[in-house]
Amino acid sequence: MSDKQFNLDTVENAAATPETELPWAELGLKENEFEDIKKLLGRRPTAAELAMYSVMWSEHCSYKSSKIHLKQFGQKVTDEMKKDLMVGIGENAGVLNIGNGWAVTFKIESHNHPSYVEPYQGAATGVGGIVRDIISMGARPVAVMDPLRFGNIDHPDTARVLPGVVSGIGGYGNSLGLPNIGGEVEFDDSYQANPLVNALAVGVMRHEDIRLANASGVGNKVIMFGARTGGDGIGGASVLASESFDDSKPSKRPAVQVGDPFAEKVLIECCLELFKGEVIEGIQDFGAAGISCATSEMASNGEGGMHVDLTKVLLRDPTLTPGEILMSESQERMMAVVTPENLSRFEDIMKKWDVEYSILGEVTDTGRLVIEWDGQVIVDVDPKTVAHDGPTYDRPYARPDWQDRLQADHFVGSEADSERPVGDNLGQAIIDFMGSANMADKSWITNQYDRYVQGNTALSMPDDSGVIRVDEETGAGVALSTDANPRFTYLDPYEGARASLAEAYRNVATVGARPAAVSDCLNFGSPEDPDVMWQFVEAVRGIADGCQELGVPVTGGNVSLYNQTSGKAINPTPVVAMLGVMDDVAARVPSGWSVAEDGQAIYLLGTTRDELDGSEWARYKGHLGGQPPKVDLQHEKTLASVLNVLNRDQMITSAHDVSAGGLAGALAEASLRFGVGARLSLAEVAERDGLDTFTLLFSESLGRVLVSVPHNVEARFKDLVSARGLAVARLGVVDNEINAIEIQGETSISLDKLRESWSSALSSRFGEVAQG
Amino acid sequence: MTDLKDVRVGVVTFPGTLDDRDAARAVKLAGGTPVSLWHDEADLKNVDAVIIPGGFSYGDYLRAGAIAAKAAVMSKVIDAANSEAALPVLGICNGFQILTESHLLPGSMIKNDHRKFICRDQVLRIDTNETSWTSQYEKGQEIVVPLKNQDGQYVADPATLEELEAENRVAFRYVGFNPNGSRNDIAGITNKRGNVVGLMPHPEHAVEPGFGPSSVGSGEDVALRAGADGLGVFTSALQAIINK
Repeated sequence: MSDKQFNLDTVENAAATPETELPWAELGLKENEFEDIKKLLGRRPTAAELAMYSVMWSEHCSYKSSKIHLKQFGQKVTDEMKKDLMVGIGENAGVLNIGNGWAVTFKIESHNHPSYVEPYQGAATGVGGIVRDIISMGARPVAVMDPLRFGNIDHPDTARVLPGVVSGIGGYGNSLGLPNIGGEVEFDDSYQANPLVNALAVGVMRHEDIRLANASGVGNKVIMFGARTGGDGIGGASVLASESFDDSKPSKRPAVQVGDPFAEKVLIECCLELFKGEVIEGIQDFGAAGISCATSEMASNGEGGMHVDLTKVLLRDPTLTPGEILMSESQERMMAVVTPENLSRFEDIMKKWDVEYSILGEVTDTGRLVIEWDGQVIVDVDPKTVAHDGPTYDRPYARPDWQDRLQADHFVGSEADSERPVGDNLGQAIIDFMGSANMADKSWITNQYDRYVQGNTALSMPDDSGVIRVDEETGAGVALSTDANPRFTYLDPYEGARASLAEAYRNVATVGARPAAVSDCLNFGSPEDPDVMWQFVEAVRGIADGCQELGVPVTGGNVSLYNQTSGKAINPTPVVAMLGVMDDVAARVPSGWSVAEDGQAIYLLGTTRDELDGSEWARYKGHLGGQPPKVDLQHEKTLASVLNVLNRDQMITSAHDVSAGGLAGALAEASLRFGVGARLSLAEVAERDGLDTFTLLFSESLGRVLVSVPHNVEARFKDLVSARGLAVARLGVVDNEINAIEIQGETSISLDKLRESWSSALSSRFGEVAQG
Repeated sequence: MTDLKDVRVGVVTFPGTLDDRDAARAVKLAGGTPVSLWHDEADLKNVDAVIIPGGFSYGDYLRAGAIAAKAAVMSKVIDAANSEAALPVLGICNGFQILTESHLLPGSMIKNDHRKFICRDQVLRIDTNETSWTSQYEKGQEIVVPLKNQDGQYVADPATLEELEAENRVAFRYVGFNPNGSRNDIAGITNKRGNVVGLMPHPEHAVEPGFGPSSVGSGEDVALRAGADGLGVFTSALQAIINK
């Protein structure tokens, strides 16, 4: 008997009192959804059942507005694309075979709304949640990455959100012993009051260690272990992540979870020991919707029945009601299914790691999820109706009536384009531009993350991808890049999403890896706005078509909707995480030339077109309109395969993707990477592409990479690249003496001045810290 | 003992230890044999030296290192370090904090003066090579190893600082840039007998070309992540044991 006495709303009581008023609207359910629940049950739900359905049928958990579109990711996959896929969409994370008995699993998720309300804890628990998804697959987490988007860098609220988010990610990830190997940082007014905090984790396992979330084996024990359940995060998924912010409502701070990285670190080691000892039959983490989600998902993925005694849940706050216990999103908790024979081994491992656990109940064959409180049944449902049969909406969508007007508003000829810098003004313009929020050095952020722990980091920021060694014997490993171009996506959601995919694909190839799989995090405004819904539909179609054309499968991901405040939606932001495979990570190349490359030739692969719309330069000048750059995925495939060959044959010593900031940005970054200058002549390539120097430098045409090439392989390099039909132009040479980027006939840019401008943008606003 | 492989170096794991596998890898790359030690077992398994690696033992609850200092394994480490045989003991980062909390080394670490976590490639000077863990370096030699911590500001009362300096017991000193406000630019110290050494930076992250910092010595660039200046810390201990 529990010593707590509630006015328990039992199943029996619910059947007898059909007229009782229930707070379904306050819990975020729509009237039609509440009616559906009553139909499914044949009676009104109990208070506890209502709590479960409300969280599991929320946008965040049920994908009710997005799932009819997300289906394409599964439909547009060929058998060839799936050949290395060991676990696909639908599980906690996708799993890819990378050879020699090794598998990797990775996934990206959002923690946007909590991070705005409470930046430190929101961002910290975002890392915690994605890491538990990776553990749930049976893997050891080996790295994290964080694509971040904030409002204007000079807005006072950015000074509240950014430092909190960064220390939250560092505070949690560093304490887990996970290297942070990359991500993105973008500042744009569209994220004011709607910052995006996405988190990626990657894990490694042997093939035989893959675990899935299902509860099978009648009579097996259902055990909850890890941290105790408290009152934090109640309604996090249903209320916080599934609604727009609005000034008229009270602060939702209590809905943000609170993290304890120490508890999670212990949980990681303890779970890995459980896997190694083959002690458990199934495992599931507690994420959004807490026990409601874990019990209903595990039961419906297994043999369909589970009996749970809720009074057995270990509590941090003894005053919680059964409904609150079911909804709590307290962190660092896991659920396992264990055979009675393995129970004592399970208990030994818990004891060794000093982890609390309690046996909640067992797997049954009734097809029902039954939850009791003090012997009284408060939940009796078919778990599939909770976990999988939530509502599906085909929300109305239509191309916005302003889209044509937007696309007709080109940068070229606009007021923002009235003064183009030339000659020495061009040099100063590049120095100032590199000090702007989006081009500037981000080491103020990344120096607060541990990039060394685990000793397998072969590459991390600021290079084009993070690279992690998986196999210490052979050196095999993976490369990861996350990319989004929300401005291109705003101008044309289909093409913009494909451009983001192309960039991630290119970035992985640039460091020397073969692109192999995608996880995506789709951040959009309200699906109830047909304009936003159209952006979403187009972007999903763009990624699905693009993945099919590139031959890389989508393995999972996450959708974050309602990123809008007071009616204003964020720029549509589909973040694409690409995973690539490397036979030996020793072959990876950095994004710039060092002293050792002094005198080597600098080449540009790919052609530049007059494509300034949506560019970083246009943003710098306050313009957003026109058409995004043309996406040519066949060209991207050729480029990636050529880069793979160049890398394998050691014909390039550095490689840098030409993207934000165009060729000007790429040249500046490649020179600043190790502080080594270059002498360049751009006239020939400008003439070849029919462009003036300014357009050549700032256009953001896709499919271009800057490489440095040793003299003794230059002839072979040119032959190989030309034979594959790629445009190639020699821009000049690396020069360690001049300490400048010299553009013949135009300007000479002092590296000291460039570095000063580039490196001070964040520290001058968010406070000095020791720079690396 | 004549073969490096026969040297057994214990690596302690507490709940919340993060760099234990890195420390074990460093021992192996230096030629020795790493042996796992568990916080809750009062058993040193006949090891010839002990490394207490970095991390957040017990979540840094109470004070960084405070709870770990009371763990079962630490009572054995403390006894062995203070014994006539003078077991070589190295504490890295959180391990250094555990050694000060265990009173094997004087002083303490508080939050970095800038209040943030910092990860950077740090130049250090070897100010004494008369310890079990620095004998393979030249006195005055500069090395580069990664630094990564939030509570790395070394503090001690003036008398202790004076004594450390007078007895030549500052083993590692920050050069060029003091990353956390440590007194006298102190990055690492040793005990009177030189068998116990603690430092905040991480030599175990600069032992394998390809995965270390991109600079060596007093900051000279080398090939990408080729820096392995930290290996000397581990070979020092192995040699000291072999030469005994």
